[in-house]
Amino acid sequence: MAKGSETKVPMPTQDPLVRVTNFSEVATGYGEAEARTEAERCLSCKKKPCVDNCPVGIDIPAFIAEINKGDYEAAYKEILKYGSLPAVCGRVCPQESQCEATCLRGRKGKAEAVAIGRLERFAADWNLAKAAKGNGSKAPAVSLTGPKVAVIGSGPAGLSCAGVLADKGFAVTVFEALHIPGGVLVYGIPEFRLPKAIVRQEIAALRDKGVDIQTNVVVGKTVTVDELFERDGYKAAFIGSGAGLPIFMNIPGEALNGVYSANEFLTRVNLMKAYEGDASTPIFKGKRFSVVGGGNVAMDAARCAKRLGAEVYIVYRRSAKELPARAEEVEHAHEEGIIFKFLCSPTEILGYRNPDNPRDPKNGWVRAVTCVEMELGEPDASGRRRPIPKKDGEFTIETDSVIMALGTSPNPLIASTTAGLKTQKWGGLIADEYGLTSRDNVWAGGDAVTGAATVILAMGAGKKAGLAIAEALSGAKK
Amino acid sequence: MYKIVKRQALNHKVTLLEVRAPLVAAKAQAGQFLILRVDERGERIPLTICGTNPDNGTITIIFQIVGASTELLNHVPEGASIHDVVGPLGNPTVLEGKKVCVIGGGVGTAISLPVAQLGKRLGLTVHSIVGYQNKDLVILEQDFVSCSDKLVIMTDDGSYGKKGLVTTALQELIDAGEVYDEVVAIGPLVMMKAVVAVTKPHNIRTTVSLNSLMLDGTGMCGCCRVNIGGQVKFTCVDGPDFNGFDVDFDEAASRSRQYFDWERAAHERVINSFKEKA
Repeated sequence: MAKGSETKVPMPTQDPLVRVTNFSEVATGYGEAEARTEAERCLSCKKKPCVDNCPVGIDIPAFIAEINKGDYEAAYKEILKYGSLPAVCGRVCPQESQCEATCLRGRKGKAEAVAIGRLERFAADWNLAKAAKGNGSKAPAVSLTGPKVAVIGSGPAGLSCAGVLADKGFAVTVFEALHIPGGVLVYGIPEFRLPKAIVRQEIAALRDKGVDIQTNVVVGKTVTVDELFERDGYKAAFIGSGAGLPIFMNIPGEALNGVYSANEFLTRVNLMKAYEGDASTPIFKGKRFSVVGGGNVAMDAARCAKRLGAEVYIVYRRSAKELPARAEEVEHAHEEGIIFKFLCSPTEILGYRNPDNPRDPKNGWVRAVTCVEMELGEPDASGRRRPIPKKDGEFTIETDSVIMALGTSPNPLIASTTAGLKTQKWGGLIADEYGLTSRDNVWAGGDAVTGAATVILAMGAGKKAGLAIAEALSGAKK
Repeated sequence: MYKIVKRQALNHKVTLLEVRAPLVAAKAQAGQFLILRVDERGERIPLTICGTNPDNGTITIIFQIVGASTELLNHVPEGASIHDVVGPLGNPTVLEGKKVCVIGGGVGTAISLPVAQLGKRLGLTVHSIVGYQNKDLVILEQDFVSCSDKLVIMTDDGSYGKKGLVTTALQELIDAGEVYDEVVAIGPLVMMKAVVAVTKPHNIRTTVSLNSLMLDGTGMCGCCRVNIGGQVKFTCVDGPDFNGFDVDFDEAASRSRQYFDWERAAHERVINSFKEKA
């Protein structure tokens, strides 16, 4: 017989009316009582279908059982056997399409799946809080004397690859192009969804393991992959350089002031803290933002804009059902008063031009976006129904800023400077299932290989490649 | 941290810094830029690299005080450090042909200098035209003398060199029969646009160097996008050099003014904070 309630223990959150005025974390996390009540709901089934659906293969029932017993440190250690960033994954993984999708508890009858993500986050936060006080469960210290491995990019793929390799004693150096490590975890995902203090703690833990992290190094420019091997003595490299150049729609008006790529908007807000009163990096605080796209990045951009004080529209060419964003983000966006405009797509961005005064400061800025209504046709290659423009379906939204959240195309910097590194037609690096590229001793994973995807898939790829690198290099030593 | 080993005021608005950044110094070529942050809360500002000393592991930048960040940078004393330097970014300048005319305007001459020096190293005939508002703002004259087969200095008010704009000088040289394989123009957008207006009727290959607003400088954010012949290009990874005939200068100018009011207010705040400290 199933234990506990049919529904998940609700996640405590900041009130929507309050949270749209700050950048503090929206979901405040389970306390001990809530975590143990939720942990009791796990059936501890033998087949563990949740584990099969976890990109890093965490033994989920095992760590939940430890929470159930009240041994949160053991729960954390159990998770750490498989992944290196549980506080991050517990927050940003799309659990509803992974572990929780196959949870037996959720499949039997009408009950909800166990809140695996919330429990993972609880275990991680409990231990991070303890570590902050100085007696948390730390990974054992290792001296890194093994062969040198270069990890390019300090986002989820790179960090997880570095973690695996450090655990096995390889001398890992992570190269990061920006001035602080973390990749999309610091420039992309907003503070209110993933506090940067958490990212800093996870990175500090990696440094404690002996991983050397060098910021301000753009591989392909500051150093090349060839130099890493030939000049600097690295025996293997992992490329986790992440998403690349933002995609625009190629419609008129995209160069107007007030049009941002989501990458730019989020980087200004998150990495450069443009929302703080005394920030050194400017951001345009419009009255009405229109965010184009329906993924997690679109939700993040929309909710950041809301917190800057704007009215916010999400313009998405399909319907609510096809939104690719994580369910919780969509729900939070709704709660925060983001207005969804489904089944429409921009055709032109209109700018302000004062014919009487060429020096009018509003000249060159966005004033509206013209959209066309869409209807859904047959499913396309992605399995989702293809949106088709309706005849005479044009209408205009008055707006003073447009954010394009349409994905990215791979960054050419590394591929173009590394001989023998093959790419797909669309630019993604070609790699086998373990991440090995067409170039000897060079592995790759994450968005650089797959195109824009999720944090956890990148972490899974980084882990897999890390294990493959370890195996290849140990073989070479013999 | 990146130590400032030499600091020299070239005039009251323009400063030269030599900064220890060995990885950048080992790689930088003419036309490339770097991004720096003055302190741990600083914004990321792109500046063109105007010289390197790989043996000492240093690079030279020359900047004009135009806003809050350059004001702060100008207050970092010799021997102190700045927080971040990353580079070299962008593509190096490629010179074609045997005879080039390199044009710089204002602080843009700090960027046209390494291009003229590159021409000299490649054995090309190099004519340099440099323009300033007035005599007090003239910089790098001796450096240009040593790498140019011909040097024309222009000032807006005629207080030094010849009176007039750089385009006046270019037009005169062309009219006098000088035949250039390439013209390289680096300076304010209006100046580069005006140079193109002179070269285009003669179909002289013209390269301009854009300094768009930027954040990461590696192709991630798209802030530096420019319209090149109807196509969206990113200054940081596709440039900063572009064929001048293809650049939409008016659009670039409008985008570069995007944060003008904000920047002016931020600059005033910084100036006032220094006044209070003084």
